[in-house]
Amino acid sequence: MPELMNEPADGVASGEASKLWLSWLWVGIPGLWGVYHVVVDALKIFK
Amino acid sequence: MAMFSFLDRERTIAHPGYNRWRIPTAALSIHLAIGQAYAFSVFNLPLSKQEGWNLSTIGWVFSIAIVFLGVSAALFGKWLERVGPRRAMFAAACCFAGGFLVGALGITLHSFPILLLGYGVLGGFGLGLGYISPVSTLIKWFPDRPGMATGMAIMGFGGGAMIASPLSVGLMHHFRTATSQGVAPTFVSLAVMYFIFMMFGVFTVRLPRDGWQPAGWTPPATPPKLVTTANVEVNEAMRTPQFWLLWWVLCLNVTAGIGVLGQASPMIQEIFFGGNRPLAAAGFVSLLSLANMTGRFAWASLSDVIGRKATYTTFFVLGMALYAFVPHTGQLHSVALFVIAFVIILSMYGGGFSTVPAYLKDLFGTMEVGAIHGRLLTAWSAAGIFGPVLVNYIREYQISHGVAKADAYSVTMYLMACLLLVGLICNLLVRPVDSKHYYTGAIEADGAPARQTLGGAVPGGANA
Repeated sequence: MPELMNEPADGVASGEASKLWLSWLWVGIPGLWGVYHVVVDALKIFK
Repeated sequence: MAMFSFLDRERTIAHPGYNRWRIPTAALSIHLAIGQAYAFSVFNLPLSKQEGWNLSTIGWVFSIAIVFLGVSAALFGKWLERVGPRRAMFAAACCFAGGFLVGALGITLHSFPILLLGYGVLGGFGLGLGYISPVSTLIKWFPDRPGMATGMAIMGFGGGAMIASPLSVGLMHHFRTATSQGVAPTFVSLAVMYFIFMMFGVFTVRLPRDGWQPAGWTPPATPPKLVTTANVEVNEAMRTPQFWLLWWVLCLNVTAGIGVLGQASPMIQEIFFGGNRPLAAAGFVSLLSLANMTGRFAWASLSDVIGRKATYTTFFVLGMALYAFVPHTGQLHSVALFVIAFVIILSMYGGGFSTVPAYLKDLFGTMEVGAIHGRLLTAWSAAGIFGPVLVNYIREYQISHGVAKADAYSVTMYLMACLLLVGLICNLLVRPVDSKHYYTGAIEADGAPARQTLGGAVPGGANA
């Protein structure tokens, strides 16, 4: 994903890279927290 | 009002150097929030215990919310295209959070109609506005990968329940007292949290500036047959057979998916575990929601490579084979095959939702694709009502005529396969849109139709 996001030919404004990563953390942390809960639940099929 | 001028379309044009990969995060912050709707069932039992309302009555709250999702998406799609994504996202956040607050008031006053009006109607409007608000913006930023971009956002809607479910359970546990299940304060907390979370999307979203294209990308000289470079206005799109064929494609794909989603838990228990493994069944439902979410991204991304029509053809052909195969997994006593079959089925259910905006963009152009998508979502509302009713009625009919519970699912699966066959025929009938439907007015720099139609040349042509 970082490679995909890196589009220097379009020009990267000052601070744009850090804003990009902060944006992905904003949605990524709750998203991964949700996925963790689902995976833990799903493993109960095989217990 | 001046204080809301930051919501204006003109204020959302991206500065040079703005990285387009921030747009999916804006979309995800909206979709991860409104995807909470899929987890509403965690409130059913606490509300029933606290207020004495029966479960089928409480079930209406979710159904009404989905109906108003479709209604608001259909009604406000054109408005969204006019005012831009930021104002629409802000309205969605206000309605969605407001729905929770009014719902909390209803619970506090022990009034079911107020809860229904709050979460169902007002919250439903928030769902519809939020669902369609980032779609056309993403398509404009990712003309090279429209399926992947919209798939990423719509994946958030599938994943929202994964966050909302443990969050809501934790909050209710925190607020529970001897006399209350803590639902009302949980609603108020969720309203505040989701409003803040969605505001991130409001402030992040941008429209591409005039003439912007991804670096190093040029539109293909000979696009695939179904892909148009022209545009069709939303009311005109509804006069085309392509719109209604896609309406049925979405409706039938969703009906088949909803049919098994609602029955997944009792099905695995009755076929394999003799009805005695509720935890395993809950795990199975979780796994299906994960498949639903990942399928939204994976299938929509694949559609950028193999085309939308081929993607839906895969859904229907593979779906028919899997629905017909599922009854045999019981005879083979194979839980693994049963689980694998349903994981693929549910991934295609999610893929059906996420691939359709790019399919609409291919057929009708980008100008009003958000509005057209909004109108098409009425197919979801219809499927949300008729799908479970159809499946439950057939099951009850069989059981009342002496069919064993574990065997009653077979007929349901074969019926779903028949629905998919009809969907396949509709998909195969889709052809490029006739040029008589093309928009011939002026188009503004940001891709929206001009406020005043000037007349002039057709801004593109079909690639038939």
